[in-house]
Amino acid sequence: MIVTFDIIILVFLVLAAIIALSVKDLLAAAMVFGIYGFLICLLWAEMGAVDVAFTEATVGAGVSTVLIVATVLNTRRRSTD
Amino acid sequence: MQAFFQEAVIPHFNFWIYVVIMMIGLWSVIAKNNLVKKLIGLSIFQTAILLLYVSLGVKEDATIPVVESGVLAAYKETSATTDKKAAPAIHPDRYANPTPHVLMLTAIVVGVATLGVALALTQMIYKDFGTLEEDEVLQKIKALHEDV
Repeated sequence: MIVTFDIIILVFLVLAAIIALSVKDLLAAAMVFGIYGFLICLLWAEMGAVDVAFTEATVGAGVSTVLIVATVLNTRRRSTD
Repeated sequence: MQAFFQEAVIPHFNFWIYVVIMMIGLWSVIAKNNLVKKLIGLSIFQTAILLLYVSLGVKEDATIPVVESGVLAAYKETSATTDKKAAPAIHPDRYANPTPHVLMLTAIVVGVATLGVALALTQMIYKDFGTLEEDEVLQKIKALHEDV
């Protein structure tokens, strides 16, 4: 575990979470959520949990983003908040 | 205040940031009006809990929990030739604890499954009510009950 790397990724993680929840375009929110997933994946590789990092990169960042994008394309793209 | 920071905040800064991420997720589940935003917040809340558990397995100066081939050969040699008193070549302190990793691996997969079900329900709500905003859905449900 490298402390500097840890701090940098955690700051980006909080920023990505806030941006994903505050943008009004739901497709942009889905994309920022994908970025959030890949940052989590980096954090897990950095913590020594490489198996969890693999799973997060495929399932967490990949499949969740695809599911959200599919939902947004089937429904409405704009959000009021 | 300074002692509190030096004893509780700085050595465990990652736990504090996990709590911040968790509260961001909780806030979005309560305060956000759009259903997809609520689900994204729910996923963020979940990752905060996963981060807490995986970080419990981290050790200082430890590497990933995979035994290198050279270390394994040395271990086999010492365990075959010498008696039990000989120090083992594989030290558990050198590897991160893999137990929370495996537990959280299951939690990630289950989390994606529940997210998929929740998004499918969201699509059904959109089909029935024509909107994803929570207040509009509640208004339409209220109007439906007033008609009956």
